[in-house]
Amino acid sequence: MTDEKKPKKEIKPTKNPMPAQDPMERARNFNEVALGYSEATVIDEAKRCLQCKKEPCRQGCPVEVEIPSFIKLVAEGDFAGAIARIKNKNALPAVCGRVCPQEAQCEKYCTLGKKYEPVGIGRIERFCADWELAHGVKTPEVAPATGKKVAIVGSGPAGLTCAADLAKKGHKVTVFEALHVAGGVLMYGIPEFRLPKAVVQAEVQNLRNLGVEIDVNSVVGKFTTVDELMEDGGFDAVFIGTGAGLPYFMNIPGENSCGVYSANEFLTRTNLMKAYKFPDCDTPIKLGRKVAVLGGGNVAMDAARTALRLGAEESWIVYRRSHEELPARKEEAEHAEEEGVKFALLTSPVEIISNEDGWVTGMKCIKYELGEPDASGRRRPVAIEGSEYLMEVDTVVVAIGQGPNPLVPRTTKGLELTKKGNIVADPETGATSKPGVFAGGDVVTGAATVILAMGAGRTAANSIHEYLSNK
Amino acid sequence: MYKILEKEVFSPIIKQFVIEAPKVAKSCKAGQFIILRINEEGERIPLTIADYDREKGTITIVFQEVGKSTTQLGQMEAGDTIKDFVGPLGEPSHIEKFDGPVVVVGGGVGVAPVHPIARSLKEAGNHVIGIIGARNGDLLFWEGKMREACSELLVTTDDGSYVRKGFVTDVLKEVIEKHGKENIPLVLAIGPQPMMRAVSNLTKEYDLKTIVSLNALMVDGTGMCGCCRVSVGGTTKFVCVDGPEFDAHAVDWLELGRRGGIFRQEEQQAMEHHQCKCGSGCGGAK
Ligand SMILES: Cc1cc2nc3c(=O)[nH]c(=O)nc-3n(C[C@H](O)[C@H](O)[C@H](O)COP(=O)(O)OP(=O)(O)OC[C@H]3O[C@@H](n4cnc5c(N)ncnc54)[C@H](O)[C@@H]3O)c2cc1C
Ligand SMILES: Cc1cc2nc3c(=O)[nH]c(=O)nc-3n(C[C@H](O)[C@H](O)[C@H](O)COP(=O)(O)OP(=O)(O)OC[C@H]3O[C@@H](n4cnc5c(N)ncnc54)[C@H](O)[C@@H]3O)c2cc1C
Ligand code: SF4
Ligand code: SF4
Ligand code: FES
Repeated sequence: MTDEKKPKKEIKPTKNPMPAQDPMERARNFNEVALGYSEATVIDEAKRCLQCKKEPCRQGCPVEVEIPSFIKLVAEGDFAGAIARIKNKNALPAVCGRVCPQEAQCEKYCTLGKKYEPVGIGRIERFCADWELAHGVKTPEVAPATGKKVAIVGSGPAGLTCAADLAKKGHKVTVFEALHVAGGVLMYGIPEFRLPKAVVQAEVQNLRNLGVEIDVNSVVGKFTTVDELMEDGGFDAVFIGTGAGLPYFMNIPGENSCGVYSANEFLTRTNLMKAYKFPDCDTPIKLGRKVAVLGGGNVAMDAARTALRLGAEESWIVYRRSHEELPARKEEAEHAEEEGVKFALLTSPVEIISNEDGWVTGMKCIKYELGEPDASGRRRPVAIEGSEYLMEVDTVVVAIGQGPNPLVPRTTKGLELTKKGNIVADPETGATSKPGVFAGGDVVTGAATVILAMGAGRTAANSIHEYLSNK
Repeated sequence: MYKILEKEVFSPIIKQFVIEAPKVAKSCKAGQFIILRINEEGERIPLTIADYDREKGTITIVFQEVGKSTTQLGQMEAGDTIKDFVGPLGEPSHIEKFDGPVVVVGGGVGVAPVHPIARSLKEAGNHVIGIIGARNGDLLFWEGKMREACSELLVTTDDGSYVRKGFVTDVLKEVIEKHGKENIPLVLAIGPQPMMRAVSNLTKEYDLKTIVSLNALMVDGTGMCGCCRVSVGGTTKFVCVDGPEFDAHAVDWLELGRRGGIFRQEEQQAMEHHQCKCGSGCGGAK
């Protein structure tokens, strides 16, 4: 306790715990796991903040939310003031407060975190956003109409943010979304128990209140193209935020057997189509007794936890590196473990085995050990010769990553792409190689995070505004 | 919301709707499909675009009631609205002027999706020989429309109750023998899987290029979920974006058939749940 920066006031060393559903109970329902702080708790947590002059936390946030100042308002009990402050930078706080990897962003840089647990920035942010949703969201002021029209392709966090910012600046914005609801991964991918869909739809409604038109059931590249939008549709600029929705498979034998899903299919059936309510909702999902999820990221954790909730007796994460290298958020991996998800680490399948009717009965797996660090600094997994064994499973979910959907890139003339098919866009402006066309989010960066996609949407909105003002 | 403008009942289980969907009608081409969702609880079901009217902004679909969603759809009437309707999806048929007569085969409800392709092929200057068939005469529809779309039309029924007795493959075989396999550049077949498979087996014997339109299970229809994947020539393809048309002789039919049956048990459960929620034998109408 000799740190000279140590403040006078007494510091509570630990974060106020997040009230949560009991793990054994929640592992079988789809209600939200984390219940949110109470007013008293949020004020207590806000009071832990040291109000550091240099705002290190803020630099850890990809969109530079004014953290110390909103937390100060919370400590004073001014929740309306706090949410207004947050919204200066973050258009989707109810979402980010829930799903941002705070431990790698804002909270990672919190001064308190050097010695104790950091301030629960995400939890406070979530509280403020929920408080606002419960008390009625004020629609922000919209600048006088500019007469310019912008098309947004894709309604994930990148598209939603870009649309909101441009609408506020007085432009006429239309969002085209391929699916029947807006929200992107927030609706079809991230499960209800982590991010209630009502929260996402409340944000989408805010957008409508700003005068943004949202055309669902509209696949750009099919009913029209980006070029047609600009030539015949009267749009002065286009933002592409189509995400990374193309599922990768392992390309091992047996992968098309019955009982093998991509994580996208598994999660879409469950979240977007509400298969957990079958037969009251029409879309089915079929699950065996023992489910293996291939991969170790957030998507894999979501799938493994979803499998338990759908009634699987056992749900396994099968990952080829060790626990330390799991790319998922720590909290998510912990939640999964608490709920009873099991981990087969340093293991990878080489073949999926099925019975004479084509249904999965097992996976031939091989064991790995960690070798020398690779280019990413992580120790490279090396297959152990002769270590093949049979893992009995009857459902397999492949969650090894997603690439960009080629529908828009393939049908847009003059759009520069990377080798993997991502759109090349200037990180400073979101500008693509095609004049008037901007892009951001997962379609540019590859699968990343909600807040980065949002940040890209905001950056692009600023340059689109500039582009339109000079046009 | 998408309005049903007209309903026509071809048989107790085969029905036609004309639906108001200007965006789809404006840009669709032969061979493409739509996905619809009846209501908020509904599943997304794919149906082929059987006809379209760009000026009126309408799409025609013809469907057979095989399970819960198509049965529920069949109970809807002109004036009702469908919650979601998205398209056009999939790649359009490849249309060109071929050297020699092109044969198009439609079996059962497959007559509907074959129709716009036959018409496009004829418009491109081809001599189009159409073969349509059904289990019996009552299940046959669009004979007149097909006669117009094709240069010549041959009709058959499995039980011989109309025109002649025989499977579409029997007629196809006669056509191939008559014209000579080397003179037929292309066969295109759409219908129930067993029928498409039978056509494929037949034309393989003659080494005749054959295209089929696959009806895999689907969810999104945009290449996002991978539910519709099928092995073609040893590589995995997504039917919704790479297809729905593929080289019949390269399709792994066994895998396609198996994957199509993944939810058989659940489909049955859904049907039972639908048929009676109230115990009054309402047929699910309530
Ligand atoms: C299961 C899962 C869990 C995740 N968990 C987290 C988490 O905890 N924290 C976190 O920060 N991030 C998480 N992520 C990542 C995060 O969700 C994404 O990085 C983010 O959603 C990307 O936003 P986006 O706007 O670029 O694209 P998306 O959210 O992918 O949205 C793109 C939208 O564009 C639509 N679209 C695509 N093509 C077309 C077209 N041709 N025409 C019209 N519309 C089209 C799509 O239907 C979709 O709605 C998770 C991702 C997944 C899949
Ligand atoms: C690209 C495409 C185009 C299609 N076009 C037409 C069309 O024009 N007219 C038409 O009547 N049908 C068409 N189908 C089939 C139609 O989508 C299915 O019949 C429908 O989804 C069944 O839903 P259900 O709830 O009524 O039946 P379910 O209860 O889901 O299934 C009942 C039976 O139908 C089979 N089935 C289920 N889904 C499909 C499917 N997607 N494809 C084939 N069989 C299925 C099941 O295996 C089962 O045997 C098309 C399918 C695809 C993929
Ligand atoms: S947006 Fe995310 S990173 Fe930024 S302050 Fe909020 S929770 Fe932290
Ligand atoms: S770094 Fe931590 S303690 Fe300092 S202002 Fe930010 S949140 Fe408060
Ligand atoms: S239906 Fe989802 S990828 Fe084809």
